[in-house]
Amino acid sequence: MAAADKVDPIHQFQIHPIIPLHIGGYDVSFTNSSLFMVVTIVLASAFLYWSTASRALIPGRLQSVSEMAYEFVGNMLRDAAGKQGMQFFPLVFSLFMFVLVANLIGLFPYFFTVTSHIIVTFTLAILVIGTVVVYGFAKHGFGFLKLFVPHGVPGLLLPLVVAIEVISFVSRPVSLSVRLFANMLAGHITLKVFSGFVVSLSALGAVGIAGSVLPLAMAVALTALELLVAFLQAYVFAVLTCMYLNDALHPSH
Amino acid sequence: MFVTSAYAQETAPAAAEGDTHAGTAVPAAEHEAFPPFDAKTFPSQILWLVITFGLFYLFLKRVVMPRLGGIIDVRNDRITQDLDHAARLKAEADAAVAAYEQELAEAKANANKIGQQASDAAKADAESTRKKLEAELEKKLGEAEASIASIKARAMKEVGTIAEDTTSAIVEALVGGKADKSEIAAAVKSASR
Repeated sequence: MAAADKVDPIHQFQIHPIIPLHIGGYDVSFTNSSLFMVVTIVLASAFLYWSTASRALIPGRLQSVSEMAYEFVGNMLRDAAGKQGMQFFPLVFSLFMFVLVANLIGLFPYFFTVTSHIIVTFTLAILVIGTVVVYGFAKHGFGFLKLFVPHGVPGLLLPLVVAIEVISFVSRPVSLSVRLFANMLAGHITLKVFSGFVVSLSALGAVGIAGSVLPLAMAVALTALELLVAFLQAYVFAVLTCMYLNDALHPSH
Repeated sequence: MFVTSAYAQETAPAAAEGDTHAGTAVPAAEHEAFPPFDAKTFPSQILWLVITFGLFYLFLKRVVMPRLGGIIDVRNDRITQDLDHAARLKAEADAAVAAYEQELAEAKANANKIGQQASDAAKADAESTRKKLEAELEKKLGEAEASIASIKARAMKEVGTIAEDTTSAIVEALVGGKADKSEIAAAVKSASR
Protein backbone atom coordinates (compact mmCIF):
# COMPACT_ATOMS: atom_id res chain seq x y z
CA MET A 1 0.00 0.00 0.00
CA ALA A 2 2.83 2.32 0.89
CA ALA A 3 4.51 1.71 -2.46
CA ALA A 4 1.20 2.27 -4.18
CA ASP A 5 0.84 5.60 -2.38
CA LYS A 6 4.17 6.75 -3.67
CA VAL A 7 3.47 6.26 -7.33
CA ASP A 8 -0.06 7.63 -7.48
CA PRO A 9 0.57 11.29 -8.39
CA ILE A 10 -2.95 12.31 -7.37
CA HIS A 11 -2.90 10.73 -3.95
CA GLN A 12 -0.96 13.66 -2.48
CA PHE A 13 -3.93 15.95 -3.05
CA GLN A 14 -6.41 13.83 -1.14
CA ILE A 15 -8.06 15.34 1.87
CA HIS A 16 -8.95 13.28 4.90
CA PRO A 17 -10.28 14.38 8.25
CA ILE A 18 -8.13 14.32 11.34
CA ILE A 19 -10.86 15.52 13.70
CA PRO A 20 -14.28 14.85 12.13
CA LEU A 21 -16.65 17.75 12.62
CA HIS A 22 -20.13 18.35 11.21
CA ILE A 23 -21.99 21.59 11.63
CA GLY A 24 -25.43 22.22 10.11
CA GLY A 25 -25.14 19.37 7.68
CA TYR A 26 -21.77 20.53 6.38
CA ASP A 27 -18.62 18.51 6.77
CA VAL A 28 -16.22 21.00 8.33
CA SER A 29 -13.80 18.45 9.75
CA PHE A 30 -10.32 19.47 10.74
CA THR A 31 -8.47 17.83 7.86
CA ASN A 32 -4.88 17.45 6.75
CA SER A 33 -5.49 20.56 4.67
CA SER A 34 -6.61 22.48 7.77
CA LEU A 35 -3.59 21.15 9.64
CA PHE A 36 -1.24 22.55 7.01
CA MET A 37 -3.07 25.87 6.99
CA VAL A 38 -2.39 26.03 10.71
CA VAL A 39 1.23 24.96 10.15
CA THR A 40 1.58 27.66 7.50
CA ILE A 41 0.33 30.52 9.65
CA VAL A 42 2.16 29.29 12.75
CA LEU A 43 5.46 28.99 10.89
CA ALA A 44 5.06 32.31 9.12
CA SER A 45 3.94 34.12 12.27
CA ALA A 46 6.65 32.54 14.39
CA PHE A 47 9.32 33.46 11.87
CA LEU A 48 8.15 37.04 11.53
CA TYR A 49 7.71 37.35 15.30
CA TRP A 50 10.98 35.85 16.51
CA SER A 51 13.18 37.23 13.76
CA THR A 52 12.14 40.76 14.70
CA ALA A 53 12.04 40.19 18.47
CA SER A 54 15.33 42.00 19.12
CA ARG A 55 14.32 45.03 16.99
CA ALA A 56 17.97 45.41 16.12
CA LEU A 57 19.07 48.64 14.49
CA ILE A 58 21.53 46.61 12.45
CA PRO A 59 19.50 43.57 11.43
CA GLY A 60 20.71 40.00 11.65
CA ARG A 61 20.10 37.59 8.79
CA LEU A 62 16.64 36.49 9.85
CA GLN A 63 15.52 40.01 10.64
CA SER A 64 16.82 41.07 7.23
CA VAL A 65 14.64 38.42 5.60
CA SER A 66 11.55 39.70 7.41
CA GLU A 67 12.40 43.30 6.57
CA MET A 68 13.05 42.43 2.94
CA ALA A 69 9.67 40.72 2.64
CA TYR A 70 8.00 43.70 4.31
CA GLU A 71 9.68 46.30 2.13
CA PHE A 72 9.31 44.16 -0.99
CA VAL A 73 5.54 43.96 -0.61
CA GLY A 74 5.37 47.57 0.56
CA ASN A 75 7.20 48.86 -2.52
CA MET A 76 5.14 46.63 -4.77
CA LEU A 77 1.92 48.05 -3.38
CA ARG A 78 3.18 51.66 -3.44
CA ASP A 79 4.30 51.33 -7.06
CA ALA A 80 1.02 49.80 -8.19
CA ALA A 81 -1.56 51.66 -6.09
CA GLY A 82 0.24 54.73 -4.78
CA LYS A 83 0.32 56.10 -1.24
CA GLN A 84 -3.43 55.61 -0.80
CA GLY A 85 -2.98 51.92 -1.47
CA MET A 86 -0.92 51.53 1.70
CA GLN A 87 -4.12 51.06 3.72
CA PHE A 88 -4.27 47.60 2.11
CA PHE A 89 -0.69 46.79 3.09
CA PRO A 90 -1.67 44.33 5.85
CA LEU A 91 -3.97 42.45 3.45
CA VAL A 92 -1.40 42.21 0.65
CA PHE A 93 1.41 41.33 3.04
CA SER A 94 -0.55 38.56 4.73
CA LEU A 95 -1.70 37.21 1.34
CA PHE A 96 1.88 37.18 0.06
CA MET A 97 3.28 35.56 3.20
CA PHE A 98 0.46 33.01 3.39
CA VAL A 99 0.77 31.92 -0.24
CA LEU A 100 4.57 31.93 -0.14
CA VAL A 101 4.87 29.89 3.03
CA ALA A 102 2.10 27.49 1.97
CA ASN A 103 3.88 26.95 -1.37
CA LEU A 104 7.24 26.41 0.30
CA ILE A 105 5.90 24.00 2.91
CA GLY A 106 4.24 22.03 0.13
CA LEU A 107 7.67 21.34 -1.36
CA PHE A 108 8.62 19.05 1.53
CA PRO A 109 7.94 15.42 0.71
CA TYR A 110 4.81 14.02 2.38
CA PHE A 111 3.59 17.53 3.18
CA PHE A 112 0.24 18.72 1.96
CA THR A 113 0.15 21.75 -0.35
CA VAL A 114 -2.68 24.01 0.74
CA THR A 115 -2.52 26.11 -2.43
CA SER A 116 -2.92 23.09 -4.71
CA HIS A 117 -6.66 23.14 -4.07
CA ILE A 118 -8.69 25.45 -6.21
CA ILE A 119 -11.18 26.23 -3.48
CA VAL A 120 -8.39 27.70 -1.34
CA THR A 121 -6.93 29.88 -4.07
CA PHE A 122 -10.43 30.82 -5.21
CA THR A 123 -11.42 31.88 -1.69
CA LEU A 124 -8.33 34.07 -1.50
CA ALA A 125 -9.09 35.53 -4.94
CA ILE A 126 -12.69 36.23 -3.91
CA LEU A 127 -11.33 37.94 -0.82
CA VAL A 128 -9.24 40.21 -3.07
CA ILE A 129 -12.00 40.95 -5.58
CA GLY A 130 -14.54 41.33 -2.77
CA THR A 131 -12.29 43.91 -1.16
CA VAL A 132 -11.95 45.72 -4.49
CA VAL A 133 -15.71 45.76 -5.11
CA VAL A 134 -16.75 46.68 -1.56
CA TYR A 135 -14.09 49.37 -1.19
CA GLY A 136 -14.69 50.66 -4.72
CA PHE A 137 -18.41 51.18 -4.17
CA ALA A 138 -17.93 52.52 -0.63
CA LYS A 139 -15.37 55.07 -1.83
CA HIS A 140 -16.74 56.11 -5.22
CA GLY A 141 -20.37 55.00 -5.10
CA PHE A 142 -21.60 54.42 -8.62
CA GLY A 143 -18.52 56.25 -9.87
CA PHE A 144 -16.79 52.90 -9.40
CA LEU A 145 -18.65 51.70 -12.51
CA LYS A 146 -16.49 54.09 -14.53
CA LEU A 147 -14.00 51.25 -14.29
CA PHE A 148 -15.92 49.58 -17.09
CA VAL A 149 -16.19 52.67 -19.29
CA PRO A 150 -12.79 53.70 -20.62
CA HIS A 151 -12.27 57.29 -21.78
CA GLY A 152 -12.01 58.22 -25.43
CA VAL A 153 -13.88 55.27 -26.90
CA PRO A 154 -16.21 56.10 -29.82
CA GLY A 155 -19.89 55.79 -28.88
CA LEU A 156 -20.49 53.05 -31.39
CA LEU A 157 -17.83 50.80 -29.88
CA LEU A 158 -18.76 51.59 -26.29
CA PRO A 159 -21.18 48.67 -25.69
CA LEU A 160 -18.62 46.23 -27.00
CA VAL A 161 -15.79 47.71 -24.95
CA VAL A 162 -17.93 47.78 -21.80
CA ALA A 163 -18.86 44.13 -22.34
CA ILE A 164 -15.20 43.23 -22.70
CA GLU A 165 -14.28 45.21 -19.58
CA VAL A 166 -17.01 43.50 -17.56
CA ILE A 167 -15.96 40.06 -18.75
CA SER A 168 -12.32 40.78 -17.97
CA PHE A 169 -13.27 42.00 -14.49
CA VAL A 170 -15.42 38.96 -13.78
CA SER A 171 -12.71 36.60 -14.99
CA ARG A 172 -10.15 38.15 -12.64
CA PRO A 173 -10.90 35.98 -9.61
CA VAL A 174 -10.91 32.94 -11.88
CA SER A 175 -7.58 33.71 -13.51
CA LEU A 176 -6.05 34.76 -10.20
CA SER A 177 -7.05 31.53 -8.48
CA VAL A 178 -6.53 29.13 -11.38
CA ARG A 179 -3.03 30.47 -12.07
CA LEU A 180 -1.80 29.67 -8.57
CA PHE A 181 -3.73 26.43 -8.23
CA ALA A 182 -2.70 25.05 -11.63
CA ASN A 183 0.95 25.90 -11.12
CA MET A 184 1.05 24.17 -7.76
CA LEU A 185 -0.94 21.17 -8.95
CA ALA A 186 1.02 20.62 -12.14
CA GLY A 187 4.37 21.08 -10.42
CA HIS A 188 3.56 18.58 -7.70
CA ILE A 189 2.16 16.03 -10.13
CA THR A 190 5.26 16.29 -12.31
CA LEU A 191 7.52 15.92 -9.29
CA LYS A 192 5.56 12.91 -8.11
CA VAL A 193 5.61 11.26 -11.54
CA PHE A 194 9.37 11.55 -11.87
CA SER A 195 9.91 10.40 -8.29
CA GLY A 196 7.55 7.51 -9.05
CA PHE A 197 9.75 6.54 -12.01
CA VAL A 198 12.69 6.27 -9.65
CA VAL A 199 10.78 3.86 -7.42
CA SER A 200 9.34 1.74 -10.22
CA LEU A 201 12.63 1.54 -12.13
CA SER A 202 14.55 0.60 -8.99
CA ALA A 203 12.23 -2.37 -8.57
CA LEU A 204 13.55 -3.80 -11.88
CA GLY A 205 16.96 -4.72 -10.50
CA ALA A 206 20.48 -3.45 -11.21
CA VAL A 207 19.75 -2.04 -14.67
CA GLY A 208 16.69 -0.31 -13.36
CA ILE A 209 18.60 1.24 -10.48
CA ALA A 210 21.21 2.55 -12.91
CA GLY A 211 18.50 3.87 -15.17
CA SER A 212 16.67 5.54 -12.32
CA VAL A 213 19.47 8.10 -12.08
CA LEU A 214 17.87 10.03 -14.93
CA PRO A 215 14.42 10.56 -13.38
CA LEU A 216 16.15 11.25 -10.06
CA ALA A 217 18.20 14.05 -11.64
CA MET A 218 15.01 15.31 -13.23
CA ALA A 219 13.26 15.28 -9.86
CA VAL A 220 16.11 17.29 -8.33
CA ALA A 221 15.97 19.83 -11.14
CA LEU A 222 12.18 20.02 -10.85
CA THR A 223 12.47 20.66 -7.13
CA ALA A 224 14.63 23.67 -7.88
CA LEU A 225 12.15 24.82 -10.49
CA GLU A 226 9.27 24.36 -8.04
CA LEU A 227 11.13 26.47 -5.49
CA LEU A 228 11.25 29.23 -8.07
CA VAL A 229 7.60 28.71 -8.94
CA ALA A 230 6.64 28.87 -5.26
CA PHE A 231 8.22 32.33 -4.98
CA LEU A 232 7.06 33.47 -8.38
CA GLN A 233 3.42 32.52 -7.86
CA ALA A 234 3.29 34.19 -4.45
CA TYR A 235 4.79 37.28 -6.10
CA VAL A 236 2.37 37.18 -9.04
CA PHE A 237 -0.58 36.75 -6.71
CA ALA A 238 0.52 39.75 -4.64
CA VAL A 239 1.29 41.93 -7.69
CA LEU A 240 -2.08 41.24 -9.28
CA THR A 241 -3.77 41.94 -5.94
CA CYS A 242 -2.00 45.33 -5.89
CA MET A 243 -3.13 46.14 -9.42
CA TYR A 244 -6.74 45.20 -8.72
CA LEU A 245 -6.69 47.28 -5.56
CA ASN A 246 -5.43 50.18 -7.66
CA ASP A 247 -8.63 49.86 -9.69
CA ALA A 248 -10.65 50.18 -6.50
CA LEU A 249 -8.75 53.37 -5.60
CA HIS A 250 -8.70 54.94 -9.06
CA PRO A 251 -11.56 53.48 -11.10
CA SER A 252 -11.34 55.88 -14.05
CA HIS A 253 -8.51 54.85 -16.30
CA MET B 1 -0.63 10.91 2.85
CA PHE B 2 0.34 9.97 6.35
CA VAL B 3 -3.10 8.89 7.37
CA THR B 4 -4.18 5.37 6.53
CA SER B 5 -6.22 4.77 3.49
CA ALA B 6 -8.96 3.38 5.73
CA TYR B 7 -10.77 6.70 5.63
CA ALA B 8 -10.44 6.85 1.89
CA GLN B 9 -12.00 3.45 1.71
CA GLU B 10 -14.93 4.27 3.91
CA THR B 11 -15.78 7.53 2.20
CA ALA B 12 -14.58 6.77 -1.26
CA PRO B 13 -14.55 3.12 -2.20
CA ALA B 14 -13.29 3.94 -5.65
CA ALA B 15 -10.26 5.64 -4.22
CA ALA B 16 -9.00 2.38 -2.84
CA GLU B 17 -9.45 0.85 -6.22
CA GLY B 18 -7.47 3.68 -7.69
CA ASP B 19 -4.70 3.00 -5.23
CA THR B 20 -4.37 -0.57 -6.37
CA HIS B 21 -4.18 0.56 -9.94
CA ALA B 22 -1.62 3.09 -9.04
CA GLY B 23 0.58 0.25 -7.89
CA THR B 24 1.30 -0.36 -11.55
CA ALA B 25 2.35 3.26 -12.01
CA VAL B 26 -0.69 3.96 -14.15
CA PRO B 27 -2.54 7.11 -13.03
CA ALA B 28 -5.87 5.95 -11.77
CA ALA B 29 -8.69 6.96 -14.01
CA GLU B 30 -11.43 5.56 -11.80
CA HIS B 31 -11.08 8.01 -8.92
CA GLU B 32 -14.48 9.06 -7.74
CA ALA B 33 -13.38 12.67 -8.03
CA PHE B 34 -10.20 14.51 -8.66
CA PRO B 35 -9.45 15.71 -5.10
CA PRO B 36 -9.11 19.43 -5.85
CA PHE B 37 -12.52 19.36 -7.53
CA ASP B 38 -14.23 17.27 -4.84
CA ALA B 39 -16.94 19.64 -3.65
CA LYS B 40 -17.48 17.64 -0.45
CA THR B 41 -14.25 19.04 0.97
CA PHE B 42 -15.06 22.65 0.10
CA PRO B 43 -16.94 23.72 3.26
CA SER B 44 -14.19 22.46 5.52
CA GLN B 45 -11.43 24.07 3.46
CA ILE B 46 -13.22 27.40 3.23
CA LEU B 47 -14.01 27.46 6.95
CA TRP B 48 -10.49 26.60 8.04
CA LEU B 49 -8.94 28.94 5.50
CA VAL B 50 -11.11 31.79 6.80
CA ILE B 51 -10.18 30.96 10.40
CA THR B 52 -6.45 30.55 9.80
CA PHE B 53 -6.06 33.39 7.32
CA GLY B 54 -8.16 35.67 9.52
CA LEU B 55 -5.95 34.95 12.53
CA PHE B 56 -2.85 35.37 10.40
CA TYR B 57 -4.10 38.72 9.06
CA LEU B 58 -4.90 39.99 12.54
CA PHE B 59 -1.55 38.85 13.93
CA LEU B 60 0.39 40.49 11.12
CA LYS B 61 -1.66 43.68 11.27
CA ARG B 62 -1.58 44.06 15.05
CA VAL B 63 1.83 42.69 16.00
CA VAL B 64 4.25 42.04 13.18
CA MET B 65 3.71 44.97 10.85
CA PRO B 66 3.80 47.75 13.46
CA ARG B 67 6.99 46.21 14.75
CA LEU B 68 8.63 45.89 11.33
CA GLY B 69 7.47 49.37 10.36
CA GLY B 70 8.83 50.69 13.65
CA ILE B 71 12.20 49.04 13.14
CA ILE B 72 12.52 50.49 9.65
CA ASP B 73 11.32 53.96 10.70
CA VAL B 74 13.74 54.05 13.62
CA ARG B 75 16.56 53.05 11.30
CA ASN B 76 15.62 55.67 8.72
CA ASP B 77 15.41 58.32 11.44
CA ARG B 78 18.76 57.26 12.74
CA ILE B 79 20.31 57.38 9.28
CA THR B 80 18.88 60.85 8.67
CA GLN B 81 20.16 61.96 12.05
CA ASP B 82 23.61 60.54 11.38
CA LEU B 83 23.72 62.18 7.97
CA ASP B 84 22.74 65.52 9.52
CA HIS B 85 25.42 65.07 12.15
CA ALA B 86 27.99 64.25 9.49
CA ALA B 87 26.93 67.28 7.45
CA ARG B 88 27.25 69.48 10.52
CA LEU B 89 30.71 68.12 11.32
CA LYS B 90 31.75 68.66 7.73
CA ALA B 91 30.54 72.25 7.84
CA GLU B 92 32.51 72.77 11.03
CA ALA B 93 35.61 71.26 9.47
CA ASP B 94 35.17 73.48 6.42
CA ALA B 95 34.79 76.55 8.61
CA ALA B 96 37.94 75.59 10.52
CA VAL B 97 39.85 75.20 7.26
CA ALA B 98 38.57 78.55 6.03
CA ALA B 99 39.54 80.23 9.30
CA TYR B 100 42.97 78.66 9.16
CA GLU B 101 43.48 79.82 5.60
CA GLN B 102 42.37 83.30 6.46
CA GLU B 103 44.76 83.43 9.39
CA LEU B 104 47.51 82.12 7.21
CA ALA B 105 46.82 84.85 4.64
CA GLU B 106 46.77 87.48 7.38
CA ALA B 107 50.01 86.22 8.81
CA LYS B 108 51.60 86.32 5.38
CA ALA B 109 50.38 89.87 4.82
CA ASN B 110 51.74 90.83 8.23
CA ALA B 111 55.06 89.24 7.51
CA ASN B 112 55.23 91.10 4.20
CA LYS B 113 54.38 94.35 5.93
CA ILE B 114 57.01 93.83 8.61
CA GLY B 115 59.59 92.94 5.98
CA GLN B 116 58.66 95.98 3.95
CA GLN B 117 58.88 98.21 6.99
CA ALA B 118 62.23 96.80 7.96
CA SER B 119 63.59 97.25 4.49
CA ASP B 120 62.14 100.79 4.30
CA ALA B 121 63.66 101.63 7.66
CA ALA B 122 66.99 100.22 6.62
CA LYS B 123 66.85 102.22 3.40
CA ALA B 124 65.93 105.42 5.21
CA ASP B 125 68.70 104.81 7.69
CA ALA B 126 71.21 104.27 4.94
CA GLU B 127 69.94 107.33 3.14
CA SER B 128 70.25 109.58 6.20
CA THR B 129 73.70 108.22 6.97
CA ARG B 130 74.71 108.89 3.41
CA LYS B 131 73.30 112.41 3.55
CA LYS B 132 75.04 113.14 6.82
CA LEU B 133 78.30 111.90 5.42
CA GLU B 134 77.82 113.94 2.28
CA ALA B 135 76.99 117.04 4.32
CA GLU B 136 80.07 116.50 6.44
CA LEU B 137 82.18 116.03 3.38
CA GLU B 138 80.62 119.11 1.85
CA LYS B 139 81.43 121.05 4.99
CA LYS B 140 84.99 119.80 5.05
CA LEU B 141 85.33 120.66 1.38
CA GLY B 142 84.01 124.15 2.03
CA GLU B 143 86.40 124.60 4.95
CA ALA B 144 89.27 123.38 2.85
CA GLU B 145 88.33 125.72 0.03
CA ALA B 146 88.04 128.59 2.47
CA SER B 147 91.42 127.84 3.97
CA ILE B 148 92.90 127.58 0.50
CA ALA B 149 91.31 130.91 -0.40
CA SER B 150 92.65 132.59 2.74
CA ILE B 151 96.05 131.07 2.22
CA LYS B 152 95.94 132.27 -1.36
CA ALA B 153 94.83 135.76 -0.31
CA ARG B 154 97.57 135.90 2.32
CA ALA B 155 100.04 134.70 -0.23
CA MET B 156 98.88 137.30 -2.69
CA LYS B 157 99.16 139.95 -0.04
CA GLU B 158 102.65 138.80 0.75
CA VAL B 159 103.45 138.84 -2.97
CA GLY B 160 102.44 142.52 -2.99
CA THR B 161 104.67 143.24 0.01
CA ILE B 162 107.55 141.33 -1.53
CA ALA B 163 107.01 143.22 -4.81
CA GLU B 164 107.06 146.56 -2.90
CA ASP B 165 110.17 145.57 -1.03
CA THR B 166 111.78 144.40 -4.22
CA THR B 167 110.68 147.53 -6.04
CA SER B 168 111.97 149.80 -3.31
CA ALA B 169 115.19 147.86 -3.29
CA ILE B 170 115.47 148.08 -7.09
CA VAL B 171 114.57 151.78 -6.99
CA GLU B 172 117.19 152.39 -4.22
CA ALA B 173 119.79 150.61 -6.21
CA LEU B 174 119.01 152.29 -9.49
CA VAL B 175 118.03 155.76 -8.41
CA GLY B 176 119.62 155.89 -5.03
CA GLY B 177 117.80 157.31 -2.22
CA LYS B 178 114.65 156.26 -0.76
CA ALA B 179 111.39 156.20 -2.79
CA ASP B 180 108.12 157.06 -1.27
CA LYS B 181 106.49 154.03 0.15
CA SER B 182 102.96 154.93 -0.91
CA GLU B 183 104.05 155.66 -4.48
CA ILE B 184 105.73 152.34 -4.73
CA ALA B 185 102.55 150.61 -3.40
CA ALA B 186 100.44 152.39 -5.99
CA ALA B 187 102.85 151.49 -8.78
CA VAL B 188 102.94 147.86 -7.77
CA LYS B 189 99.22 147.85 -7.52
CA SER B 190 98.80 149.21 -11.04
CA ALA B 191 101.46 146.87 -12.44
CA SER B 192 99.88 143.78 -10.91
CA ARG B 193 96.57 144.57 -12.48
